[in-house]
Amino acid sequence: MDEPLAISLFSGTDDKLQAAAVLTAGAAAVGRPVHIFLQYWGLDAFRANGAPRERLLAPEAGPEGLAAVEALATAGQASWHDTLAQAKEIGEVDIQACSLSMDLLRLGPDDLDPLVDGVEGVTAFWLAASEGQVLFI
Amino acid sequence: MTISISQSLDARNLSCPMPIVKTAIAIKTLASGDVLEVSATDPGSVKDFDAWSKITGNELIESDVQDGVFRFVLRKK
Repeated sequence: MDEPLAISLFSGTDDKLQAAAVLTAGAAAVGRPVHIFLQYWGLDAFRANGAPRERLLAPEAGPEGLAAVEALATAGQASWHDTLAQAKEIGEVDIQACSLSMDLLRLGPDDLDPLVDGVEGVTAFWLAASEGQVLFI
Repeated sequence: MTISISQSLDARNLSCPMPIVKTAIAIKTLASGDVLEVSATDPGSVKDFDAWSKITGNELIESDVQDGVFRFVLRKK
């Protein structure tokens, strides 16, 4: 199975970043190329050497959801960042920053986490997505 | 015929998708025909190892569970 998977990663909350990382790692493990396009707050989570962030969750998580996520992390669940790093180790995972979002957040190429492979516009994203599936997270 | 295990991987206490990710990393270091044994506790791993085997062509030779620990034996394609 080598059908490509394209993900627009818009959200910057830890739960959605984790979900995107899990889907990416699973696709990479079965040989599907994955192309991730970082937009808005998704890109904001990929700053290099950023100050340690407070854990952010989607509003529906509530205090109980936060406690559950904290418990899983304490039990040793791999972070979204580690999961993506390992996905890159086993498969073809290309992570690209949306150039509009780079402007919005006033970021340059040196401001990005080493997991990010480059900067591209939306046309390059659709070329990479080609006939494969597209997810918006 | 007894199966000769080339490598054992302890993926116990790892959440999805790490058992499969660690398996994909480990199998890259093996030669075709080598056998990898994996132990895992993730409840999704039974269906996941079956699916991973079907998609990648690495054969799932054995799958069993003992005391809450799943054991998978895979032969590299």
